[in-house]
Amino acid sequence: MAELSYPEDLRYTEDHEWARKEGDVLVVGITSFAQSQLGDVVYVDLPDVGKEVKAGSDFGVVESTKAVSELLSPVDGTVTERNTPLIDAPETVNEDPYGKGWMIKVKPADPGAFDKLMDAKAYAEFVSKQG
Amino acid sequence: MAPRRTPLYDAHVRLGGKMVEFAGWELPVQYEGVIAEHKAVREAAGLFDVSHMGEIVFEGPGALEACNELVTNDLNRIADGQAIYAGLLNEAGGFVDDVICYRFSPEKILVCVNASNAEKDFAWMKARAKPGPDVRDESADWAQLAIQGPKAVGILQKLAKTDLSAIAFFHFAEVELDGKGVIAARTGYTGEDGFEIFCRPTDAEALWEAILAAGKPEGLVPCGLGARDSLRLEAKLALYGNDIDDEHTPLEAGLGWIVKFDKPSFVGKAALEKQKAEGPKRKLVGFTLTERGIPRHGYPVLADGAQVGVVTSGTMSPTLGIPIGLAYVPTELASEGSSFAVEIRGKPVAAQVVKTPFYKRK
Repeated sequence: MAELSYPEDLRYTEDHEWARKEGDVLVVGITSFAQSQLGDVVYVDLPDVGKEVKAGSDFGVVESTKAVSELLSPVDGTVTERNTPLIDAPETVNEDPYGKGWMIKVKPADPGAFDKLMDAKAYAEFVSKQG
Repeated sequence: MAPRRTPLYDAHVRLGGKMVEFAGWELPVQYEGVIAEHKAVREAAGLFDVSHMGEIVFEGPGALEACNELVTNDLNRIADGQAIYAGLLNEAGGFVDDVICYRFSPEKILVCVNASNAEKDFAWMKARAKPGPDVRDESADWAQLAIQGPKAVGILQKLAKTDLSAIAFFHFAEVELDGKGVIAARTGYTGEDGFEIFCRPTDAEALWEAILAAGKPEGLVPCGLGARDSLRLEAKLALYGNDIDDEHTPLEAGLGWIVKFDKPSFVGKAALEKQKAEGPKRKLVGFTLTERGIPRHGYPVLADGAQVGVVTSGTMSPTLGIPIGLAYVPTELASEGSSFAVEIRGKPVAAQVVKTPFYKRK
């Protein structure tokens, strides 16, 4: 499993999702903290391209051997791409949560939404209080 | 109430175990990861702390008779030094608990019970046992380790002078392990060969460390509750509170083999005789999903859009790589190949009844 780390170029949510800016879309996934809490990821459900997502609302599901967790969108927007290879290789979420383990790409309704999310330092502090 | 800790709590924390509350106890759900631990047990060996299990002892003249009237299986069918799996039933035939009875002699029977039921079982047995033998709760006097997997017996042998391979499946013996007196039982909850070891709580940590050290070169790893659950499910071993409970009988759960109707009496016998004559209306079946998804405890079972049953256990099988589950379904849907749907997050997902156990060791 990936070591806990919170890359500086990403933004984070209290629901343990991350977002990375890639042109005018945001790449979204779950953090290394989230995957370590979940344990071995064995199932991922992702939305269809074109689906409207809302900040804080579920866009998909991730399941570990023991638990089911909803994936919550960091921003309002529209899904432009989904990481289809994850469906057959869900363990990628554990192995590379910030890279090959990304979930969806979203075109945010508000181009400024990214900057309103927590930065790495704030998220690390938030996680340290989770016990 | 704060969860209780087993004598191995510190050892689990040192090993990086992720501690969770289970049945009133603080136990590791995993160390390195559920799938790695699961596979280690199938391919090499794993070591589990099962000290939370309860132990109730019947001792004195009439011990066997008193215990035998409370359980569905027949202690007269086994010899001293042998164990049997049995149901402890209520008058309606539902499970109060599922237990393993160890016959030391006709005057001493040890009953290993589920942690979550230990106090209930003890009160229940005390209230119903024929007067005569002493019935006591020894749960606090025993710790329990389970070593399971194809390499388990060989690993344990390194710590014993007596020949452990001479102890047959579902037999047990009082032996010395690493110089400590223990009860070594060739039983388990994983579908693999191995032993469950009853030891004194004060010896538990030293034994745990000795077994880990002896097993390390062979690939033995410490295992948590997560792997224990997926291993037992692949082997279709029932989990009390999930697959069996006070509303379901052994006949419905596919455990008719633990009910011995030729015994003169046992609690629940009349109800089971009636159910046997009429035929159970629902049965516990093993199934796989033929569409994407993972079944989980509590998900509805649907036929023609209506709920007709419920999933009792489910997971993505680490050994088989497919979703597997157990569910109570109407008897007419219980035969191999029957199909129904499991409702997952509001959507029906196709399921098919398959042969169980899902996994059987070669």
